Formats: sequence, C-alpha cells, structure tokens
Amino acid sequence: MRRPVLARALRALALILALTAPAAAFEVEEQSRFGPDDAPRTLRILSTTDTVIFAPLLERFLADQPGLAIDYVVAASTEVYAALHDEAAAFDIAVSSAMDLQMKLANDGFARVHRAPGTLALPPWARWRDQLFAFAQEPVVAILSRAGFEGLPLPRTRSDLVDLMRENPDRFRGRVGTYDPNLSGAGYLFATQDARQSDTSWRLAEVMGALQPRLYGASGDMIRDLKAGRLILATNVLGSYAVPRLPPGGDGMVLEPADYTHVLLRTALIPRTADAPDLGAAFLDFLLSPGGQRLIAAAGLPAIDEAALVAGQHLRPIRLDPGLLVFVDPLKRRRFLDEWSAAMVRD
Amino acid sequence: MKAAAVPSGSIRRRLLLSMLALAAVLSGLLYLTVRGVAARAVEATQDAVLGSAGIAIAEELRGSEDGVEIDIPYTAFSMLGAVGQDRVFYRVLIGDVTLTGYADLPLPAEPPSGLTPFFYSTTFQDETVRIAAVERAVLSDGRPVSATVLVAQTRTAAEAIAGQLANRAALLGLGVFALAALLAVVTARSVLAPVDELAEAVRRRGPQDLRPVARAVPVELAPFVTALNGFMGRLSAALSRTETFIAEAAHHIRTPLAVVRAEAEIALRQAPDDATRARMRSVIRAVDDSARSATQLLDHATVVYRTDQRTDEDLDLGDLARSVTQALAPAADLKEIALDLVVGDGPLVVRGDRLLIESALRNLLDNAVKYSGPETEVRLTVAGVAGGVRVLVEDRGRGLGGSQPAALTARFRRGTNVDDIIGSGLGLTIVKEVARAQRGAFRLTDREGGGTCADLFLPAH
Amino acid sequence: MRFLLVEDNADLARSVAARLSLDGHGVDHAASLAEAADHLATAAYDLILLDIMLPDGDGRDFLARHRRERRDTPVIVMTARAAVSDRVALLDTGADDYITKPFDFAELEARVRAVLRRKHGAAQTLRTFADLTFDPLTATLTVAGETRELRNRELRLFEILLSGPDRIFSKGQLCDRLFSAAEAVSDNAIEVYVGRLRRKLDGSRARIETVRGVGYKLTGTPE
Repeated sequence: MRRPVLARALRALALILALTAPAAAFEVEEQSRFGPDDAPRTLRILSTTDTVIFAPLLERFLADQPGLAIDYVVAASTEVYAALHDEAAAFDIAVSSAMDLQMKLANDGFARVHRAPGTLALPPWARWRDQLFAFAQEPVVAILSRAGFEGLPLPRTRSDLVDLMRENPDRFRGRVGTYDPNLSGAGYLFATQDARQSDTSWRLAEVMGALQPRLYGASGDMIRDLKAGRLILATNVLGSYAVPRLPPGGDGMVLEPADYTHVLLRTALIPRTADAPDLGAAFLDFLLSPGGQRLIAAAGLPAIDEAALVAGQHLRPIRLDPGLLVFVDPLKRRRFLDEWSAAMVRD
Repeated sequence: MKAAAVPSGSIRRRLLLSMLALAAVLSGLLYLTVRGVAARAVEATQDAVLGSAGIAIAEELRGSEDGVEIDIPYTAFSMLGAVGQDRVFYRVLIGDVTLTGYADLPLPAEPPSGLTPFFYSTTFQDETVRIAAVERAVLSDGRPVSATVLVAQTRTAAEAIAGQLANRAALLGLGVFALAALLAVVTARSVLAPVDELAEAVRRRGPQDLRPVARAVPVELAPFVTALNGFMGRLSAALSRTETFIAEAAHHIRTPLAVVRAEAEIALRQAPDDATRARMRSVIRAVDDSARSATQLLDHATVVYRTDQRTDEDLDLGDLARSVTQALAPAADLKEIALDLVVGDGPLVVRGDRLLIESALRNLLDNAVKYSGPETEVRLTVAGVAGGVRVLVEDRGRGLGGSQPAALTARFRRGTNVDDIIGSGLGLTIVKEVARAQRGAFRLTDREGGGTCADLFLPAH
Repeated sequence: MRFLLVEDNADLARSVAARLSLDGHGVDHAASLAEAADHLATAAYDLILLDIMLPDGDGRDFLARHRRERRDTPVIVMTARAAVSDRVALLDTGADDYITKPFDFAELEARVRAVLRRKHGAAQTLRTFADLTFDPLTATLTVAGETRELRNRELRLFEILLSGPDRIFSKGQLCDRLFSAAEAVSDNAIEVYVGRLRRKLDGSRARIETVRGVGYKLTGTPE
C-alpha cells in the first residue's frame, strides 16, 4: 500500500499545479471519432463520460445531421476543467460529472449563455445562469456484497455502516473501498458534500480509515473489485454505474443510504472557446430533448426528473449554487484533503 | 364689420401645457424616486448578504505558526445563491498579499475599518460587481496582521429585480401623469369658464347696447371688465359726439344759407332791372346748390357713420315710401310734378337701418324731381319680389344721356348733360352705398320713352 | 296773415320777416322760447314758425308744451336737419309741418297753405274779386256758382295778380315768383300760365289784361 500512496501524493501535486498555473496539455483518456471522415463540420465534445455510454446518443444525433462528424474526447474531470480553464482548448460542448468544477468554469466566465425551449424547461436547480445545464441525475450509492455481510443485519444508513464496521473490524479490514478525492474530481465532490452534509461522514471516514481502506479513481474499479470479492463494501459509488452491473438477486447490492443520498447532476456547458458553439448548442438541445433524455436513460443515466427527487425523501440533489465554489478554492482544497487523509490514511 | 381678434396663443392651451408639464415633471420625479428607492433597496438586500458572507469568511481566519489559515465556510457562498444566479468572486488578503481567491479582484478605494463591511461597486471580468470588504486583524506568527476579505457578486439578479421595480415605477408614473392630465383638462375648463361666460354675455348684447358690464366676475377678470366698461363709456361718448357734430354742422351751414337766400329773394323781388334780377337768381341758385351739397355731404357722412353703427329693425318700405313722398310733395308741386306712389300688396318688410334706407329713398326721389321737367310725372313703385323688396323710381327727365351708370354713381360725378341743374353728384353715391350696406343692388337705366329708371333692390334679411 | 317767428338767429329772423312782409304778412319775432311764450300770451297768430335750436331750450319741448296747453295755432318747424325721420319725429311731437333751411319761400307758402287748409278747412280766408270767389287754401275759383280748380302755378299767379288789382306786373317779376331759381326759363314762359289762367276766368267779369311791352294786370268790370 505504500506505492499507491506515493503515487497519490505525486498526482495530487500535479492536480494542484494544474489548478493554479497553466500546465502542459491536459491528459486525454480516450478519443473517438463518429460520422464520416470527410464531413465538412465537426462537433468536438469533451466529456468525463465513457464513450460506450454516450455512443448511442452520438449516433442518433449524427443520424439527423448529415455532413457532421463528432470528435468525442474523454478525460478526467480535473483534466476537463484544466483544458478549458487553463488551456483554452477548443471544444464545442463540455460534459462533466464534477459539478463544482463546471460551476467554477461558468462562474469565471468560461461558458456561453444558451437559451432554448429545452434549457428553459429545466427546473431552476438544474441550470445556472443559462450557462450550465444538468442533463442526468445520478444517486451516489454504497454497494455491498451480500456474502460479505452474511450474518450481519443489512445496513440502511451510514450510522448502520459505522456500527457494523466498529463491531466487526476483522471482517471489513482491507475489504472496504471508496473514492480517493485526490485522484478523482467526482470523489472529491462526493467527499466534500459528505463533509458539509453531516458529521456521520467523518465518523465513517475515521472508521474506514482504521480498516485499511482501498482507494479508487473510478466507480467501475470499485464495482469490479466488489464483484471479484476483494471488497465487501464500497461507498460513494455512482449509482448509474452500479445499478446495471449489480443486477437484483445477485451478490452485489446497491444501497441508497436512508439518512441521505446525494444526487449528482451531470452537467454540460458550451465553452467560451468553442469553434462551433452552434453545434454545441444543437447537441445540448438534443441532450435535453425528450428523445435525448430517453437515450440517456437507456444508457443508465437517469434523466432529469423532479418528481423522482420529490418522491425519494432521502435524495439530496447537489445544488448548482455558489457554495460549490468553496471547495474549489486551493486553500480549502488542501485543507480538506489534509483532513481527509488524516482521517482515512493510516500508516 | 366684425373684426375677429387676432389670437396670440391660447390661455387654455398655455394653462394645459403648464399643468401637463408640471404633471410630467412630477411623474418623472416620482418615477425616478421610486426607481431610486427600489434600486437602493435591492442593493441593500444584496449588500446584507454579501456583508454576511464576508463576515462569515473573516471569522474563519486563523493565525498559525505557518502564517494565516482560512477555512471558507460552505454557507458563505451558498447563501449568495439566495440572491440569484449571480457569479461570485472572492479574495482574501493578508496585508497586501493575496492568500487565496481572485488575485485581481479590485480593492476598495479606502481600506475598510472596524467590523462593518465596506461596500462598493466596480467592474470585474467585464461585469458590474458589488463587493463587500471586511477587515480583520489576525495573529500571524505571533504578530497581528491585517486581513481583508472581499466577497463580490455580479448584479444580474439585482438589476433584474430593480428593472421590474422600475417598470412598476414607470407604470405608476404614467398612471399619475394620465390622472393629472385628466385633472388638468377639467381644471383648465373650470378656470376659464368665467371668461367664456363673460364673452358670451358681451356677445349677446345688441349693437347699440353700450351699458357697462355689471355681472359679477372673478377678481382676476375685474381689471379687464373695468377697462372694457371704460372703453365702452368712451365709445358711447364718442358716438354721441359724432351725432351731435353732424347735427351742429348742419345747423351752422344751413342757417347762414337761409339768411342769404331770404335776402336774395327780397332783392330779387325789388330788382330794378333785368341784370340785377339775373344776378339775384344766380345767387339763389348758388345758395340752393350749396344747401343741396351740404345736405348730401351730411347725408353721406350719416350714411357712412350709420353703416358702422347701424341699428337694424323691421321696416315697412310702403310706409317709408309714403312718408318720403309726403315730405317731397310740396317741392314737386311747385314744379307741378305729380308724385305717383304705387305700393304693392303683400309684405314689404325688410330688415335694415331706417336712416340708411330713408336716405336712399329721399335721394332717389329728390333726384327724380330735380331732373324732371315741369308738369311731368315721377312714379315711385314699391313691390315685394322674391327675397326682398324692389323700389323703382321712374321719371321723364333727361335720362342718362349716354353716361355710364357706374360712373354716375361714383362720388362727386354728375351726368354730362345736367350742368344747368343744381346738384353735387353725391345723391346716387349715397344710394349705392346704402344698397351695399344692406347687401342689396342698385341699377340705373334709361327708361323706355325717355327718362331714367332707378332700380333699388333690398333683401328682406 | 300774422306769423310768430321763433328764431334765435337775428339775421335770419330779420330776413324772413322782411321777405314775408313783401307778401303782405305780418310777422312778430321772438328770439327765445320765453319771448315766444310772452307773444303767445298777448296776441293771436295764424301760424308759428319755430326753430329747433334755441338758447333757452329745445323747440321740441316748446311744441310739446304748446300741444299740452291745447293751443291749436299751427306750427311749422324750421330745421337744419333734412332726414325724413326727423320730420316724422317732429310731426309726432306736434308740429304741423316741417321745412329745411334754407327754404324757398314759395315752398314755405305752399306748406303754410296746406297746413291752414288741414287746420281750418275752406271759407275762412275766402276772398272776392268782381264776381269771383277765391279760396287760396283749396285753390278754387267760384265763377257764377261754378267752382274751378287752379293748378299750383295758376294759383300762385292769380294770388300775385290779386295782391294788386289793376297793378301792372312785369313778365320778369311774375317769372321770378313763379319759377324757382333752379329752373332756367325765359320770361316768355309766363305766357303759357297767363293763357291757362285766362281760360279759368272765362265767363267772369274779372280778366287779365296784357299791357303790351310791360306786363299783365288783373282788372274787373263792375256790374
């Protein structure tokens, strides 16, 4: 476990550098091209969402747009932020699950205003200044292994988890996992929202920290390790990834904590630096259209649905408001990560 | 002779414009005031939130051995979302060094002091922002240093609210203006009502009614009415002087003439020879000439004066013709001229000035008698015709003798064939002017079988 | 006849009086309304000639008082005004007639005659000559019971001749009195009227004789 910690530290340093000073070219994870090679126009999308999830949407969009191709570039949320904030990369639309960073981009003037029937139909909590638009709402869940919890009561809340782990440290040691906020923008967002939401989250972090937790950069990895039996509990996993992969009746189980379950808003914005903002706007309108929303839902990303939030009383959408900017502050971030690490990482 | 006044603007319009201008100014002021108050209220609301955020952040400043630390509270920014979806900027300084936040966020013109936030507006990232600055002293490495917290927010929401309130204020202003305009119209009407009433009262008077205006008027109109009464008094006096003057002039001209004529007649009676007789006859002729001229000049003056000062009444031309004929009968009789008056049936009434029409008839008949030979007949016919009355005076005199009728009626013109007959040439002019004053017509033609036919038409109204 | 002349202008009064006396009339002159009242109180007049503008009052007031006191002496007003309406107003006040200054005495005489005729009717001033009866007011001659009317100039000519029977009047004198100065006539024009008057005198013992080269005279042969 020493090496990953060192690596984490190095990457954290890189992130801080990326946020505070112009850095070298941002890091691309995956790049794909859709549509004809000789298309006269190209829509450039910068996204944190895996290509495989978005592909049906892109294909459908292109079907109505002859002469158009799409460059779909996937990067980590911090990279997306860096590309637009520091490098003025020319993308026509930026899609990210890191609400705080998207908020920061919009607040600092890196997003274009777009008003269309589709955007104006969004509930106020799902858009900000007609610059930042939510197109999917995803619960942040915990996943657990029924086998690993055998003999124990199934937990319902974070307090239940805290109690179970305290009472059965041997069973959980080295078999609990969560996001490393140092590595993942989404993980940082979830951790900070947990921190401001309740003290229980700190107790949970301390308990987990004592059980030699495994730290991850992506939800997919946590799900994979749970299914492989390496984990029996992982917290702050994106429900949209977990639900399709952990079918009901299987060993893996998705838990929406009853005390509160954050709902992440996946957002899009049209960068100020866009070469073809009209294409970005067209794609955004498509995302928000009923057809686009159906495709998003089919890809496992729940569509924007206020009624669902009202019905699930434990669901707490992370609001698009200036509070999100607080944890983007470098001092605040360093301070938070220090505290988090102190709680979670025991040597 | 009604000379319309030359208007130099309208009091009603001036009054209306003044009141409307006042209403406009007041409405404008109301609008500006309400808008200003609204803008300040909105600003105060935003300031309160910004100030709270600044204080909340400042309270999280902690001195430590490494310097100063800060833990910005989530709520500090979150509460700013309550104002609206505005961009938020912040900056924390220790002394002059930016600890965190937007390093180029403008500082206040003067450093804030005490615990009260200092508010100011400025431009940041091409947008107007409202900034709250909070000052606080913290211990850094054991030494007190000054820390400044700036919290800024764009004003989109504030301006939207202020804009809505301004629209309401504009509506309010317009409403007040509309109401004031309505009141202005009503007020102008009621203020000027006494003027209209006074004008109507003066207009309803008869042409000879020069009595002072006695009706009660507002004090503002009293000087005008006083002046009007004074003017009418002077006019009345001037008119009676004119009438007196004409009468006096007649008296002073005619009395000496009468003396001369009487003396000449005596001398003629006692004339020892034909030469003296002839001289006396020419003296008498000259006197008669002068007397006729004086009569006609005074008649003419009277006609001109009456044309301006006429008193119209309903006149029966039959009666008038009878009395004129009667007055001239002895003179005609001396020449054994028969005056034949033919008065037609039916209404012979015209509306006009008695003196004017009488002058015309007398001059017509006088002319006819004068230019007729002895033992002839002069016929005066008065007949009702369509739209008025026609007066014909026919004689067996010398006729027009080739003169143009128009020329005969010009002032001081006489026919070319009447050198031996006394006359000033004003007689027909008088008739013509009377015809014009009465909007009638006058025509002079040769009479079939010799003589002249004077044709005067006077309209009934 | 006897006239009362009420006139404040002394020259005019003297001239009018002199002229009227030429025709054999007696004239008393009053220069004011007060004087006129004195005269009226002491003497009887056939006619009053009244001026309007007098120093002590208006002639119209005098007229009104005159009528109020039921005096029937006829009044002819002499005025400087010519308007018929003045005439009407004066007649309304009580004047019998009206004459405008300056006036032809022939016209005045005609008006006087007309006024007296209206006031008194005939017979008061009848005159006789030879076997004629002459009424100047009605302008009639009665010859042997037969009444003959005289036209204006015949009347005036007869009056002139009658004023001096057997006296010779020249053609010029007669012309001057028969024709106004405005009428340009020769002295021989008188012959026409003499001829007409002679026809009116046919059958009477009065006749107009021609005095060759001098004029005419009225003579009457007694029975």
